[in-house]
Amino acid sequence: MVPDPVLLQLTTELFPNGISRYAIGGLLVGLGTVVIYLGTGIPAGASTFLESTLSYVSGQSRFQRYVSSRDWRLVFTFGIIMGALAFSATVQSGMITTSLYQPGTTGQLYEVGGLTLWSTDVQPWRLLLGGIFVGIGTRIGKGCTSGHGVCGVGSASKTSITGVITFMIVAILTAQLVAALGVSP
Amino acid sequence: MSDRHPLFMPLILVGGLIFGFGLGFSHMARPEVVLNFLQFDDFGLVFVMFGAAIVTGVTFFLAPRLLGRAPLTGDQFERRLKSFDRNVLIGGSIFGVGWGLSGICPGAAYASLGIGNVTILWALAGMFLGAYLQGRWRSQSVSADSVTAGAD
Repeated sequence: MVPDPVLLQLTTELFPNGISRYAIGGLLVGLGTVVIYLGTGIPAGASTFLESTLSYVSGQSRFQRYVSSRDWRLVFTFGIIMGALAFSATVQSGMITTSLYQPGTTGQLYEVGGLTLWSTDVQPWRLLLGGIFVGIGTRIGKGCTSGHGVCGVGSASKTSITGVITFMIVAILTAQLVAALGVSP
Repeated sequence: MSDRHPLFMPLILVGGLIFGFGLGFSHMARPEVVLNFLQFDDFGLVFVMFGAAIVTGVTFFLAPRLLGRAPLTGDQFERRLKSFDRNVLIGGSIFGVGWGLSGICPGAAYASLGIGNVTILWALAGMFLGAYLQGRWRSQSVSADSVTAGAD
């Protein structure tokens, strides 16, 4: 069967890096969530870690309510960091090559002891200021891209779907505005 | 906490490892790729979010029906349902500004450290600062409320 050229061109325009790295990465993110859920019944999100970890150093009631989960949330975050490091050591370093992974051209690759690591070009002020908004917003809004986006949408929760639509629209408007102002990257 | 199942923490670690590997593989740990989605240059992110949500969706639908209780905690399987109020819209909008400005969200920021992106510490510092600020405000407004209302 010959693929429709118009459809093919549209696909290349919408997905210049293909879809396999995104779809497979997404399935793995879902699988990690499901492994924890099937063992413990916990639909884990990533942003509660911020407040639960603050409970180690601050007595504020808002943080102390997460004392009972703060130890496993540290382990979860440590696992995320190590899992991403394992990705660097294998796929990003070229030890495992697959046609399902498009390396892409964003940021800077650098080598440390045979390990291929990656660094962003996005300016630190964007990361810091954006991070402050992310820290405030995810905690007031009851979830982030994993809590609302993955677990909440997976639960067909109307609250989460509303949350995702809200932060998605505002993020698109913000990113387009920042780009239009000539800030890059 | 000492009465936790011995496999509880190892399982959380394994789940985190798979989750973090997936964030690396999908390039969500790269702020540039998220910004490319938000600027309509590459729509791949849709496949990440829905790919993940389909896996959780099927599991969250079937587990409560087919399985009894979670083996390591004895807890009932439930969906993640949060109550809706103004905060979902207000917080979601604030998060949206931050995500659109930086291209990074909490889970992806942790994974970004793992792929070697030391610069992401700026974003992580910002997230802790933001979480701390809202926690302080809300802790104080809660205690102010309970003072007005008498004992809590």
